Amino acid sequence: MSDSGKQKVDYSAFPDERGHFGIFGGRFVSETLIYALDELQEIYGKLKENDEFQAEFDRDLAHYVGRPSPLYHAERWSRELGGAQIYLKREDLNHTGAHKVNNTIGQALLAKMTGKSRVIAETGAGQHGVATATVAARLGLKCQVYMGAEDVRRQALNVYRMKLLGAEVIPVESGSKTLKDAMNEALRDWSTNVDDTFYIIGTVAGPHPYPQLVRDFQAVIGREARAQCLDMTGKLPDALVACVGGGSNAIGLFHPFLDDESVAMYGVEAGGDGVETGRHAAPLNDGIPGVLHGNRTYLMEDENGQIIETHSVSAGLDYPGVGPEHSWLKDLGRVNYVAINDNEALAAFRKTTRTEGIMPALESSHALAYAEKLAPTMSKDQIIIVNLSGRGDKDILTVADIDGITV
Amino acid sequence: MSRISQKFAQLKTDGRKALVAYIVNGDPVREATLPTMHKMVEEGVDVIELGVPFSDPMAEGPVIQKGHERALAHGVSLTDTMAVVKEFRKTNQTTPVLLMGYANPVERMGYSVFAEKAAAAGVDGLLTVDLPPEEVESLKTELASRDLDNIFLLAPTTRSERARDIAQHASGFLYYVSLKGVTGAGHLDVDSVKAKLEEFGALTDLPMCVGFGIKDAESASKVARLADGVVIGSVLVDAMSKAGTDSAQVAASVGAIVHDIRQALDNL
Repeated sequence: MSDSGKQKVDYSAFPDERGHFGIFGGRFVSETLIYALDELQEIYGKLKENDEFQAEFDRDLAHYVGRPSPLYHAERWSRELGGAQIYLKREDLNHTGAHKVNNTIGQALLAKMTGKSRVIAETGAGQHGVATATVAARLGLKCQVYMGAEDVRRQALNVYRMKLLGAEVIPVESGSKTLKDAMNEALRDWSTNVDDTFYIIGTVAGPHPYPQLVRDFQAVIGREARAQCLDMTGKLPDALVACVGGGSNAIGLFHPFLDDESVAMYGVEAGGDGVETGRHAAPLNDGIPGVLHGNRTYLMEDENGQIIETHSVSAGLDYPGVGPEHSWLKDLGRVNYVAINDNEALAAFRKTTRTEGIMPALESSHALAYAEKLAPTMSKDQIIIVNLSGRGDKDILTVADIDGITV
Repeated sequence: MSRISQKFAQLKTDGRKALVAYIVNGDPVREATLPTMHKMVEEGVDVIELGVPFSDPMAEGPVIQKGHERALAHGVSLTDTMAVVKEFRKTNQTTPVLLMGYANPVERMGYSVFAEKAAAAGVDGLLTVDLPPEEVESLKTELASRDLDNIFLLAPTTRSERARDIAQHASGFLYYVSLKGVTGAGHLDVDSVKAKLEEFGALTDLPMCVGFGIKDAESASKVARLADGVVIGSVLVDAMSKAGTDSAQVAASVGAIVHDIRQALDNL
């Protein structure tokens, strides 16, 4: 299907009423949760068109998150690479340090409208957990965050941040003890406490309507970037680059540009030890469609349909699935999905830190590493926007550990 | 008429309640499953639900999750599960066996291949936790073409109108999830079960079995009074996990529990 990229698609018409993006998406959950999803879909359907709701969302983004985030021309780095001009969309400058908060602000408003007193979340690197704990603190909601036991160990700093914010972090010991298992446990919790609990999903995956509403909340990234680029350079960018775990920062950047046919898009998956080794987290590069966590999407699985363990230096990309809209955009040929391995991402982390004085998250470093490859193949008057989705403070201990240094 | 429908018709004629029992294929060891199935029948199980191990069993509580993990540790697959049913059918052609699991292993095999192989192995039906009616259409067609029953869940949160739709998609029986939560949870509320069963019972002629949270003869009796049958699972998986790795001992641990619950159901 990848040669069908030239066909005209009305991207704004997806997902359809039942949450499908072509064969992807949908609502594959146990019966207990259907009612809660119907309720969420109905409330969101109303609020989406509601000016007051949108105004409150925009106000929070402006005064609490600090939006718009800057679009920064990385001049020194661009000059060094000798090709396209690289612009960084500075989501790392948001309150809490990543793009995740755009979504939790939106979902917290929904939680408030539904009158639920408790929120739960799953988290990998801990950024979504922190962003959820943050909005919960602000609204006085009880908050519990599920986190794989392995990630609790890898991301100790964020675990403590969540605790300081008043959230309870529940380590998940089942399965591979990472993000996918945290999501299983959050879904189990939601089934049990569905009457008083709002589940704040952190990425554009999960059952409908989550992939849609998380995308809509994150699309502020692309709307701003599009306007900022036009304002600063008088033209649209030639390419967009963003890392893809579940894919919320990428869809947020890409979505407002989908109709701009001249804009190429690159979603960068975690190549781990290298896609060819099988030790990676790149389902769009090396997976097949299947069903997990409420939607049909590309997955990493074995020949029996069992989900397999993923590998990435970056906890936030360490997930065997991906948002269903990305699977659809891959098959349509609209977005190119590539992979960057651990070493390349670590090199980009160091490079961006030393060249631009910006310390990126290891997740975002995957996007930066790909931009580093792409820029020299383009001309100096062309423009690449890279989504710098989060800041790297949380990863300092991981990098130090790799360097053999005890901080 | 399918083997499942025949069984429920017979139970109705006899004035007895159905005892549906769940174990995970290959848990705790591969060799234990077949003797345990035969033991369950011997002690009075009417319908066997054979769990297909899955890496991400999102509707299961900790007890059954561990059952899945133990089975997966020795590589038990959907294909293996069908093979066990085929073995079972060599000596038992009357007890219905349905497979219970999650969508992805079935997706991976392919719906058409699944239906063909399952029917050939002597499987009678399928319950996929994460395939609600709105996503099941193409699988349903394949199952129907092989006379396999499609078992659906109803939940405490299911509204009447939706329950009517689900009943129209379902065959064999309907499985009412007695509580909001995961398998093996401990907060069964008999009064709320009663109210929902009365509501749903008016919408369909399909037999209604109740599961999740039934852990002994007492809770089984309370619920069985309200329904056509009960489903037990976690209590068996828990006992099997403590019975060691000897197949006869594993089967015996299940047999004892089944025996008690069967007696209680027959003495209602």
